[in-house]
Amino acid sequence: MNSDSMVTTVANELTFASVPPGEGLAKALAMSRVEIIDTVRDSKLKGRGGAGFPTGIKWNFAAAEKHPRKYIICNADEGEPGTFKDRLILTEYADLVLDGMTIGARAMNAALGLIYLRAEYGYLRSRLEEAIHARREAGLLGVDIGGIKGFDFDIMVAMGAGAYVCGEETALIESLEGFRGEPRNRPPFPVVSGFLSRPSVVNNVETLAWVSCIFAKGVDWFKSVGTDLSTGHKLFSVSGDCERPGVYEFPFGITVGELLKEVGGEDAKAVLIGGASGRCVPRSQFERRLAFEDIPTGGSVVVFGPGRDMLAIAHNLLDFFVDESCGQCTPCRLGNGKLLEGVEMLQAGTCTLEYLNDLKALANTMQVAAKCGLGQTSSVAFLSILEHFGDDIHES
Amino acid sequence: MLITERDRLREDVMAVAQLTGFNRASLIPILREVKEKYRGVDSYAMQLIADVLGIHPVEVYAVATFYAYTQPEAEGRFVFRLCRTLSCDLASKDIVARQLQKDLGIGFGEATEDGVFSLEWANCMGMCDQGPAMLVNETVYSRLTPEMVHEIVDDYRSHKEGRATKRAPERTA
Repeated sequence: MNSDSMVTTVANELTFASVPPGEGLAKALAMSRVEIIDTVRDSKLKGRGGAGFPTGIKWNFAAAEKHPRKYIICNADEGEPGTFKDRLILTEYADLVLDGMTIGARAMNAALGLIYLRAEYGYLRSRLEEAIHARREAGLLGVDIGGIKGFDFDIMVAMGAGAYVCGEETALIESLEGFRGEPRNRPPFPVVSGFLSRPSVVNNVETLAWVSCIFAKGVDWFKSVGTDLSTGHKLFSVSGDCERPGVYEFPFGITVGELLKEVGGEDAKAVLIGGASGRCVPRSQFERRLAFEDIPTGGSVVVFGPGRDMLAIAHNLLDFFVDESCGQCTPCRLGNGKLLEGVEMLQAGTCTLEYLNDLKALANTMQVAAKCGLGQTSSVAFLSILEHFGDDIHES
Repeated sequence: MLITERDRLREDVMAVAQLTGFNRASLIPILREVKEKYRGVDSYAMQLIADVLGIHPVEVYAVATFYAYTQPEAEGRFVFRLCRTLSCDLASKDIVARQLQKDLGIGFGEATEDGVFSLEWANCMGMCDQGPAMLVNETVYSRLTPEMVHEIVDDYRSHKEGRATKRAPERTA
């Protein structure tokens, strides 16, 4: 019931537990910069935060920039509802993440690493700073790391201040610079112009930990699991109506039904995949696969049991977005409020079919007209609930 | 605010800026430090911070009002943040919310008159597998029941002094 409980999250057998800290880093530091990037590219590792951009390609872009001061930023602003895998990784396997950042720094010649830690994870800060301090003492951070002349790199923790939108990489950078977390226009992408207008790579916590595993265990090992387009394992944060909520490692390509069996959620009527910005998958589609080519996800799985009121769920999610929209662009700032109002009308039974169609059109408009990922995805769950549970709604 | 208090505030702001740099990137670390120590960020503090960093006070206001943890309004020494997002909602956060309001005697978004407690909603705090969950300052409480809430509030009430955590000033590039 106290802060000790943060480590009581249930997990199945994780690869991270079997990879000794430092092993991947040592192997990477024996390689040239080009070899490091080629290794990550060959592994086809894709960003574990949810967007799935190939990590090797991102690193290569940053490496190609000639700027003398570049940054590697670890996105530890894990704010997507239903996601808590990064909390577990930072609590138990922080050194794999720090190894991954150091490997990235070597590959792209970054001078400084920043961990943007969400305010709500403030209790992890001292733990991370201790781990960083221990690495400085051990010569894993500092000057001429690993005996490589000129490889100088350090890592610092920067605290967030409580804003979901800062998980979006350009909003995160704005926040690091001391501004409101309002996403930037892209391009230019952060790999060209990021923190303080310098080339910056932003990687998810889990992505960086997998980088360490890839160097420790080899590219072939990594590619032997998952699918062609989604290689490797993925951590899933499972919560909601199931017997065994927790963090689970599964190969990419697992079906929703298979996952539900593992976590004791077989009687689910639907699952929300990808958090508030994700989609609601009904029972009829439980054979679909969790992979970038079918249902892409950052790993949030919220299970809904047979008795759940799907409109109440839509209400909760839209309430979240109304609160967390940064307010910069109109489709998101006003659109989420209108959708929430619409759900309330549906709940009260005062929404006409015509207005419902207007709401759907608005939801679709937001997906194309909003500036960043938040506004582009906030209506996805709402639309999928209307699509799959329309009968529930008409009855109520 | 007393003159001596203003001096203390300036010292605290300068102390953070000396670690993190006299530049815009220090704004959020400074705001968090001021909020933590003074429980609020009033207009004098905003002007002072603006002056130290060489930016317009409205810039400080714009940033302070953006983030949940830097809101200008005064808050209690112990900030109860109950998660209201989906998984905790499914896990019956409503009955926990009712108990918190009853035991603290305030609603969400309010602080007690003696400045000891405030109660806020939090959006997903990453304890979804153990809901309902809440933070009190930087301490996590999970799998809450109304009975537990009652005990926790009692506990804080009897330890009014000294339980608030003090964070070290933070550094950025």
